[in-house]
Amino acid sequence: MTDQDPIIKVIDLYKYFDKIKAVDGVSLNIGRGKVVVVIGPSGSGKSTLLRCINHLEEPTSGEIWIDGEQVTKEAKKINEIRAEIGMVFQLFNLFPHLSVLENVTLAQKVIRGRSKDEAKQIAMEKLDRVGIPEKADAFPSNLSGGQQQRVAIARALAMDPKIMLFDEPTSALDPEMIKEVLDVMLDLAQEGMTMVCVSHEMGFVRSAADEVVFMDFGKIVEHTTPDGLFNNPQNDRTKLFLSQILEH
Amino acid sequence: MAEQPQAIKPIIEINDLSAKKGLRDLPWWFFAIILIAIYAIIIISTNEDFNSTFLFIKKGLSITISTTVIAYSLAIFFGLIAGLGRISKNVIINNLARLYVELIRGIPILVLIFFIALVGVPLLVDQLNAFGYWLSEQGMEFLGKAFTAFTNQDVPMKTRAIIALAVTYGAYLAEIFRAGIQSIVKGQMEAARSLGMSYGQAMRYVILPQAIRNVLPALGNDFVAMVKDSSLVSVLGVRDITQVGRLYAGTTFKFREVYIILAVMYLTVTVVLSIVVQFIERRLKTHD
Repeated sequence: MTDQDPIIKVIDLYKYFDKIKAVDGVSLNIGRGKVVVVIGPSGSGKSTLLRCINHLEEPTSGEIWIDGEQVTKEAKKINEIRAEIGMVFQLFNLFPHLSVLENVTLAQKVIRGRSKDEAKQIAMEKLDRVGIPEKADAFPSNLSGGQQQRVAIARALAMDPKIMLFDEPTSALDPEMIKEVLDVMLDLAQEGMTMVCVSHEMGFVRSAADEVVFMDFGKIVEHTTPDGLFNNPQNDRTKLFLSQILEH
Repeated sequence: MAEQPQAIKPIIEINDLSAKKGLRDLPWWFFAIILIAIYAIIIISTNEDFNSTFLFIKKGLSITISTTVIAYSLAIFFGLIAGLGRISKNVIINNLARLYVELIRGIPILVLIFFIALVGVPLLVDQLNAFGYWLSEQGMEFLGKAFTAFTNQDVPMKTRAIIALAVTYGAYLAEIFRAGIQSIVKGQMEAARSLGMSYGQAMRYVILPQAIRNVLPALGNDFVAMVKDSSLVSVLGVRDITQVGRLYAGTTFKFREVYIILAVMYLTVTVVLSIVVQFIERRLKTHD
């Protein structure tokens, strides 16, 4: 599964919350343009691993390398690296005091230093791409969950990131809204974006993932392809997990 | 998430049904205050004694207003800095902010006003002067002069009073700002940081706009409280309406006129301001 030039390198990562080992010695390479889906039971450390990648959680030990640069505590550098990594959250986390358009232009103006017009133009492109340009002047509270999540994706894309992280992007959505978000993600995957997704959407795994990582108790139990996961799971815990979520 | 605003809406709708309210639910207290105000206006315009008393006290109004407005603006500044300090992860900053808040909140305002104006400010000026002389000795005479150009006698009581009120209220506002910032869910900071913003940028563009919106009613209430507490500056001889009234009563013995008019003046200002605060509060709720 290793790539010659991985864009994300996780080396021997540990993250403890007090005495709880959330991530317990994970090493992982993710190649450029790959779509990697991380699955596993709740509490298995998937989200923590994802959040360590852009240092929203500070690792207890271990190294994270993004595109040849090590992610450290150093404030200036971490901000630069984060600007290159888009992140989409389970609860959308749109800025409620700003309109949809302002949500998508804010970081462009503050971080990328783009002019108002340029930022607006890029924002409209991205909103067009996620399929809701007509909501540009609406406020987040007036949007459905699916629409909010698509705005959140547009907000991340507007920074022209090299990597996109998705932290259970469809878990808080009503069932009928999951598809519209997955469609946008699928579209992104096909365009060659490097994506790391914590998700339980097996349909997405099947149609978009290049690799699947199965985690349990903070460790990577299995790192395989979608084909290998569904047809030939190696580990007993993977098999058990799959039987539990695929049965119905 | 999306459920929260929906949960708030029904409450407002219940209020909107107030057309059905009976006589019991009318704001009788408010009508009583309006009656008192009308009665006061009539007396002031018809009674010679009340009229002359009012005209005299009115001279203090500009001092009361300017003291309150300037002190409150400064207090917002102090409060915001101390509030940010209270949530800082830096141990020194955090403890300094906490110390400031606890010191101020543990001392009565009246004592603080005496202390800051008569002990704190002179001490500060002495230190600044000493620093100025030290600078001059080091050969930086031009810079030194800036710190020695004023002495304690040059700092008017009004300025001291404003500093005292501002420092005092800063501590109370700090707690309001801290609560406001902490009321913003963690995901907002994470979303801002994940876009590459620094802590300061996230505070400025994402957290504070929301936090300040949330605490506007509390800030308004404290402004009303400061209008009232501004009367305490009279103990320093600052000629606000209270002090002017006291002086007038002292020379004319028109105690009844003076204190009726004083009470009505404060009451009018604070009730009007309270209504403005309530109006803002309601608007904010419906906009959520």
